[in-house]
Amino acid sequence: MLDYLFAHLDLVLERSVQHLQVTAIAVIVAVSIGVPLGIAVARWRRLEPFVLGTASLLYTIPSLALFAFLLPFLGLGEKPTIIALILYSQLAIVRNTMVGINGVDRAVVEAAHGMGMQRNQILTMVQLPLALPLIMAGIRTITVMGIGVATIAAFIGAGGLGVFIFQGISRLYPEMIIAGALPVALLALAADFALSLVERVVRPRGVGR
Amino acid sequence: MLKLLSEHLVLTFVAVGIAAAIALPMGIVITRVRRLNFIVVGAANLSQTVPSLAVLGLCIPFLGIGFVPSVVALVLRAMLPIVVNTYVGIEGLERSVVESARGMGMRDWQILSMVELPLALPVIMAGLRNATVMSISIATLAGLIGGGGLGELIFRGVAMVDYPMVLAGAIPTAALAIGADVLMGRIEFQLTPKGVRV
Repeated sequence: MLDYLFAHLDLVLERSVQHLQVTAIAVIVAVSIGVPLGIAVARWRRLEPFVLGTASLLYTIPSLALFAFLLPFLGLGEKPTIIALILYSQLAIVRNTMVGINGVDRAVVEAAHGMGMQRNQILTMVQLPLALPLIMAGIRTITVMGIGVATIAAFIGAGGLGVFIFQGISRLYPEMIIAGALPVALLALAADFALSLVERVVRPRGVGR
Repeated sequence: MLKLLSEHLVLTFVAVGIAAAIALPMGIVITRVRRLNFIVVGAANLSQTVPSLAVLGLCIPFLGIGFVPSVVALVLRAMLPIVVNTYVGIEGLERSVVESARGMGMRDWQILSMVELPLALPVIMAGLRNATVMSISIATLAGLIGGGGLGELIFRGVAMVDYPMVLAGAIPTAALAIGADVLMGRIEFQLTPKGVRV
């Protein structure tokens, strides 16, 4: 059953690396858009319904349909995949950043204020560090999701491990399907586990649980 | 297209129905037998982490292609939100409510059916909503393995570079997912007991 996998180990490795690359690029861009957006939403509450509403609408659209909508603008390949991943990720990142910042105890913020900290100092030195575990949890969620969605993206030419699955299905070749499905499952589980460790490390000392 | 739409709906409903039939009792059981909750939630999380296309792919060598493997893959996926929400919904109730029910002389199953489940219903409903929206999304993949549904149009359209065909699959799918989300959000609100509504 694993014959094909072992016979083509170098190709499996190559596609795994490519798979991770696409996911990683999308996660990095998504975070660099989503965290500032989350900070903005936490500060200007009026933005919340609009930003979170849009993000959750995007999140609701099935990935196959979203790829289809992006197709005429971005064509096939890695680009529409990365854009789709970024769009999907906004909900988890923006919401977790906002909840993380708003969840900081009022008393802590007031104490920082009382110590003479400016608004921006409170943000960068108090609120963001305390929100970090939650933001990290969001990054973990979108990474696992990204690995999953990137698998489907093989169908619009993004490469990666999904290629094995799609080709295996159309050729009715189960061994080939496994060569894609098994590594991608392991990849997702490994990413989830690794990021759960990071999540624990970034929790400021002295903060609960 | 109507045929594909109805296939899509049937696929989703069958999957969510089976998932709920398994996951609801499971969620209730793990609130009683604490030792199980680790295993059940862990297993459900595991099934969630594995990409859906991989689940689908791994089903094929055992179940072949068509309707059955599509449903199995969907059920595996849809169970997590239902189990977790049932558990959290019941576990999150204030202890004093359950205690006072017991003080009124209610038996265990009465507490469950008359106090815990009604109060946990909105949370359970949120889990079902999540499961349904997700299933609509994953059901598009069934088009790939002959399970039918609107995904078929998207896959075929892309293969034939027939963009209108792609849209004929993509627009109804997106509308279906968003529609189900909104509709079940309403139901969720209606089910929330008046005194608990925020």
